[in-house]
Amino acid sequence: MDGYFDRYAVVAVLLAIGIAVVAGGLFVNRLLRPDRPTPEKLTTYECGVDPVGDGWAQSQVRYYVFAYLYVVFAVDAVFLFPWATVFAAPGFGMTTLVEMFVFLGFIALGILYAWRKRVLAWT
Amino acid sequence: MPEVLDVAVRLVAIVAAFLVLPLVAGQMEHKAMAHMQARLGPMYAGGFHGWAQLIADGVKFVQKEDVIPAAADRRVFGLAPGVALVPYLVVMVVIPVGPGLVGVDLDAGLFFVLAVMGVGVLGSIMAGWSSGNKYSLMGGMRSAAQLMSYELPLVLAASSVAMAAGTLSLPGIVEAWQWWWLPWQAIGGVVFFTAGLAELRRPPFDMPLAESEIIMGPMTEYTGIRFAFFLLAEYAGIIVLSALTGVLFLGGWHGPLLPGPVWMLLKVFALVFVVIWLRVSYPRLREDQLQKLAWAGLVPLALVQLALTGVVKVLAV
Repeated sequence: MDGYFDRYAVVAVLLAIGIAVVAGGLFVNRLLRPDRPTPEKLTTYECGVDPVGDGWAQSQVRYYVFAYLYVVFAVDAVFLFPWATVFAAPGFGMTTLVEMFVFLGFIALGILYAWRKRVLAWT
Repeated sequence: MPEVLDVAVRLVAIVAAFLVLPLVAGQMEHKAMAHMQARLGPMYAGGFHGWAQLIADGVKFVQKEDVIPAAADRRVFGLAPGVALVPYLVVMVVIPVGPGLVGVDLDAGLFFVLAVMGVGVLGSIMAGWSSGNKYSLMGGMRSAAQLMSYELPLVLAASSVAMAAGTLSLPGIVEAWQWWWLPWQAIGGVVFFTAGLAELRRPPFDMPLAESEIIMGPMTEYTGIRFAFFLLAEYAGIIVLSALTGVLFLGGWHGPLLPGPVWMLLKVFALVFVVIWLRVSYPRLREDQLQKLAWAGLVPLALVQLALTGVVKVLAV
């Protein structure tokens, strides 16, 4: 296990095993299960009454703001990881620490802005 | 050849752990929850205190008819349980249980874990969208919103540990761990565990499932083996989250007297018990309270932890 990509080959093998476990479960299910579909059985479940309209109904999506917030911050957060492994290396010390506070300041400011814009409160 | 054999043994152990530990956690939930609510829980299956209840459930699930609603998007509907389940198995490959006892030591291990765990939530979004059911759709939307809000504190808290250890490899982090990291990383640990619970949609963060208002959220239309896969994914997720919290914040295999893997198992199941305990103790958070807890509670706390980690690491160590 010395090659860099050999390790990821192990991950790929495990992924294949996982897919095989799921496929195996479904296959055993296919061998054992009864199959008697009726129109009533295949109706969309809506608490026992006939479904009203289409399943993909129009509704107000109030979550898109969080999607924006997430995209903004998560992209920043990804850069934390490579930085985290080297920031305390000899010779960096104070420089990286100040940089970190600049980074934290940006994120905190972003959240403060969202708060002041009242996107975190719904009522 | 011995190398291949070595890898094969590790993979078999991981798959065995993946198939057994979630059942143990599930049975523990049955019994612990029952006793907390002054009930007995399962007592019949298997004879001794209903130990075989979940095996009996599995046998039942595997024989059940596979009902796919006529309105559903069949292909996505069928794939969703697999997408929810498999990532948790894949994540287990990098979790160390003892010195040298790990599936494979990836140098980007922590990053790999966070990336792959995010995929699991796609399963419930797929299920929510493909079911063609209004409740499923709302549940799927809530899952998506919850994933996005809680991913950020999770990532920030995890990177605090990476800063402390100076590596992203999980065995490397445990090796660097010392007892005084417990108070030092305590805030990050609480943030990580809470955000992880929210990503698993466990009570009190189960608004996407909320059976009293939207039936079972994304899983409303699922029956039989596919529903069982979703349940297995939930419990595998609990095991993975507990193991990760143990590895990152509680020192993994470190501990006096007992051998390393035993400590690791003890820590995992202590955390599993906390997960169950929280389910029994707290009422469900409303959707806007959920979002507020993430953005106004956990994210600022995680930022405080990052600052604390940085200052201590540069000035004191």
